[in-house]
Amino acid sequence: MVTKRIIPCLDCKDGRVVKGIKFQGLTDAGSPAELAARYQIEGADELVLLDVGASIESRNIQLQTVRDVRAELSIPLTVGGGVRQVQDIEILLQSGADKVSMNTAAVFNPDLVKLSSRAFGAQCTVVAVDTKRHGDQWIVLTRSGTEEQALDTVEWVKQVEQLGAGEILLTSFDRDGTQEGYDLELLAAVSQAIQIPVIASGGAKVTTDLFDAFNAGADAVLAASMFHYQTHSIGQVKRELRELGIEVRL
Amino acid sequence: MNTVSIINTGVANIASIQSAFAKLGYESSFVGSTQEVTEAKAVVLPGVGAFEAGMSALNLLGISEPLRERILAGKPTLAVCLGMQLLCESSEESPGIDGLGVVKGSIKRFSPGIRTPHFGWNTVSGSEYFGSGYAYFANSFRLGDDPGDGWETATCEHGEPFIAAIRRGSVVGCQFHPEISGDFGFSILKKWLEGVAW
Repeated sequence: MVTKRIIPCLDCKDGRVVKGIKFQGLTDAGSPAELAARYQIEGADELVLLDVGASIESRNIQLQTVRDVRAELSIPLTVGGGVRQVQDIEILLQSGADKVSMNTAAVFNPDLVKLSSRAFGAQCTVVAVDTKRHGDQWIVLTRSGTEEQALDTVEWVKQVEQLGAGEILLTSFDRDGTQEGYDLELLAAVSQAIQIPVIASGGAKVTTDLFDAFNAGADAVLAASMFHYQTHSIGQVKRELRELGIEVRL
Repeated sequence: MNTVSIINTGVANIASIQSAFAKLGYESSFVGSTQEVTEAKAVVLPGVGAFEAGMSALNLLGISEPLRERILAGKPTLAVCLGMQLLCESSEESPGIDGLGVVKGSIKRFSPGIRTPHFGWNTVSGSEYFGSGYAYFANSFRLGDDPGDGWETATCEHGEPFIAAIRRGSVVGCQFHPEISGDFGFSILKKWLEGVAW
């Protein structure tokens, strides 16, 4: 049986790991390569590296960060942030990514998802969806959560699945960095609407938050704050999850 | 330093593959000609994307036949993910397209109702060569039946059993990605590399 995955997330800016709350107030959380090495030893199943800097300089530093992190890893690496065109994906794959995640560019140019899936395969094509509660539904956000789109999140994930996405990285803007637990209603609504795996992101604090996310339909969980500050080790969390009856790789 | 020759189809996670060999103390280079494919000590056929695109890339380079001959001659060859599927006769993913045909059988979609892509870490077992452990998979199609012909097989289960890896002498095929499957994946790469007459 395929195991549930625990994925630490490294949000990077200018070659450093940063972490904020609701995408704001970023503080330094360490060196990407050092954190990556630590997480692999602790038992991380994959790693996600997102460039949250917007500048061209930041992009070039990001490629070096990808190379440095790859040199430490023997597990899958997903890279995202600023992916605009097919060539960006190719460059990331040549630098050490196994999967590439696209967000804002996919919303404005859904063909990018189709092109990526055709050229590199669905298994390489991750669509990151930042979303926010809006009444009794959820809407899609773009440009690091600064813009609201008139786009229903559940409709959007169905569309990108059709376009050939292999996985959805679903981040709740409302919960990001708050450590209030994942938005479980959102997770249930999205994972019931599509066949492809859903990675839950935003709000994890304790092991039971991860447990709840898996029960709500997540195939994998992303967490940053929870692991960066060494309040939890991945190995310890995985052992607790196994005791709760979740299949994990130990 | 010994050098592993990677067939460059242009669309794979090549940096990860190179990084894995580097960690094990091997250099790697990209190859794409008949002579290289025929003469190289150790060849890797990586693969992501669709069956038809994978075969087109090999046909375009004109190396389908030399690769076939290399495998039939038992020269050290490692086929990864789609690469392993390309060794078979055909695939439901691309009807009418011939694979390399060195492994009997056709690649089929997972049965209806099974969640795909099959994404993540799953257990591989049932073979002495591969041993058992967790490997990282990313596939929607799979080889369902034992191909016979002297191929040793390891299996995995995702809603139904399927062939996770095959091996005959120094020719190895993995449906999973050994280059990103942690210690278990690296143990297989190491074993394959140690079987090469450098």
